[in-house]
Amino acid sequence: MAMQFYASPEQIMRDRSELARKGIARGRSAVVLSYEGGVLFVAENLSSTLHKVSEIYDRIGFAAVGRYNEFENLRRAGVRMADLNGLSYDRRDVTGLGLANAFAQTLGAIFTEQSKPFEVEICVAEVGATPDDDSIYRLTYDGSVNDEPGRMAMGGQAEAITGVLKNEHRPDMSLSEAVRAAVKALSSVGGEGGASRTIAANQLEVAVLDRRRVGRTFRRITGAALTALLDGEAADTAPAPGRAKTPTVPTEEAKKPTTSAGSTDLEGQQDEAGGEPAQ
Amino acid sequence: MFTNAGTSSFTAFLSKVAPEMLPGRRPLPPGMAADMAPHATTIVAISAAGGVVMAGDRRATMGNLIAQRDIEKVHPADAYSLVGIAGTAGIGIELMRLFQVELEHYEKIEGAMLSLDGKANRLASMIRGNLGAAMQGLAVIPLFAGFDLAALDPARAGRIFSFDVTGGPYEETGYDAIGSGSLFAKSALKKRFRAGLSVDDAVRLAVEALYDAADDDTATGGPDLTRRIYPVVMTATAEGTHRLTDAETAAIAESVVAGRMENPGG
Repeated sequence: MAMQFYASPEQIMRDRSELARKGIARGRSAVVLSYEGGVLFVAENLSSTLHKVSEIYDRIGFAAVGRYNEFENLRRAGVRMADLNGLSYDRRDVTGLGLANAFAQTLGAIFTEQSKPFEVEICVAEVGATPDDDSIYRLTYDGSVNDEPGRMAMGGQAEAITGVLKNEHRPDMSLSEAVRAAVKALSSVGGEGGASRTIAANQLEVAVLDRRRVGRTFRRITGAALTALLDGEAADTAPAPGRAKTPTVPTEEAKKPTTSAGSTDLEGQQDEAGGEPAQ
Repeated sequence: MFTNAGTSSFTAFLSKVAPEMLPGRRPLPPGMAADMAPHATTIVAISAAGGVVMAGDRRATMGNLIAQRDIEKVHPADAYSLVGIAGTAGIGIELMRLFQVELEHYEKIEGAMLSLDGKANRLASMIRGNLGAAMQGLAVIPLFAGFDLAALDPARAGRIFSFDVTGGPYEETGYDAIGSGSLFAKSALKKRFRAGLSVDDAVRLAVEALYDAADDDTATGGPDLTRRIYPVVMTATAEGTHRLTDAETAAIAESVVAGRMENPGG
């Protein structure tokens, strides 16, 4: 019969934390910050299809680092929960805080009950009417939640990245300034001998929650639009239309309808002149 | 229940965690129930060069009474497609909301939109789920139309699908109408529809067809000039779905009514 050795609960928790931290530190980082026109997500990602940043609901986005299968599982759960609540109550009743709490419960339960914790760190961000109203929550592998002050970094060497980001970030930045600040922070670590390095545009995954849209505010910024933002040209013009890459956004013109699931329809904000609120 | 590896379909997820939220899953007492709830009436859809137009009147009826004068029966299903509802209003609205979430949910989970045919098939299976209630008189029939992003020829990208209580979808060529006034609307469209219409002409034609439906069907509401209630008109083109503003539909409806002052037959 195999001998069971005694391990104190403290030791077990320490071992699990160490496993999770090591797993997260191996991956590439992501930053989330609020700017004048919304909330910006920038992640270093070699794949253009396995996303680290995605949409959860109208005004809520999700970013994660760590093991893909584990955070993808959490993301799907978040989308299901948000859609279920939005259908049974109203679209306005789905909040970032509610989702952050649900993720925290799930991560906390997995950390204490399962033999292996999730090696992930996630961020739930909700865009408000002004940068002060944005909320950015950081959730770690053990289920703890932090309300971050308008910016956060996660993944390997998150502290060094946060340091750079703190110096660069202002809530009234333009999109172009915010993208460049985020990329500067991400590339400040990981070079030879701890020096900074250059990250190519095709290794970045960039998305925003656009404060000025009604309905679904999430959109990805890719290709020429991203390069222009990185170069500082065309500072805050909307990205060029790219239908194949951004199926959820029919057009970049502000006046055009951008909602997919008729969310404006349900919120009764169809058109400025469209008068009547829907049921 | 949220973290199980499952399908990308929201209705499949609901059928596991909250089946009571699916229309057609509720036990009904035996007997006909057709007259117990308001009925939504006429919807028309016309395919045009570079898109599709859908319009619906604003009346809901209960037997011989008008239940609501300004109901909205045409809605965006997602960024490129439209859905109009005829039949039992309450179930229709519920089904339409569920369909909107279904499409958005798939898009968020998979990171890509369903094809237009995929959307029509999803809607067909949702209608089929309501078959039991439909046989007791609580039928819902939608009309689905959208801009097909995969179409090779942009002039033929506007497509229309119809359904019956047992499902479908049936793709329609050119135009279609559903609801109590559809007979008259379709007759009007049959004489006036030409392939390759511009979107603006198709909008006008849709409002004319609804006028003809209201002319002969008491359950269809015509343009209400005194209360300023006009049909809901939406388009789906390469730029996405768009709802004409009240001012735009008012101008079209008033010009249609003015035309009928001279020639009541249109």
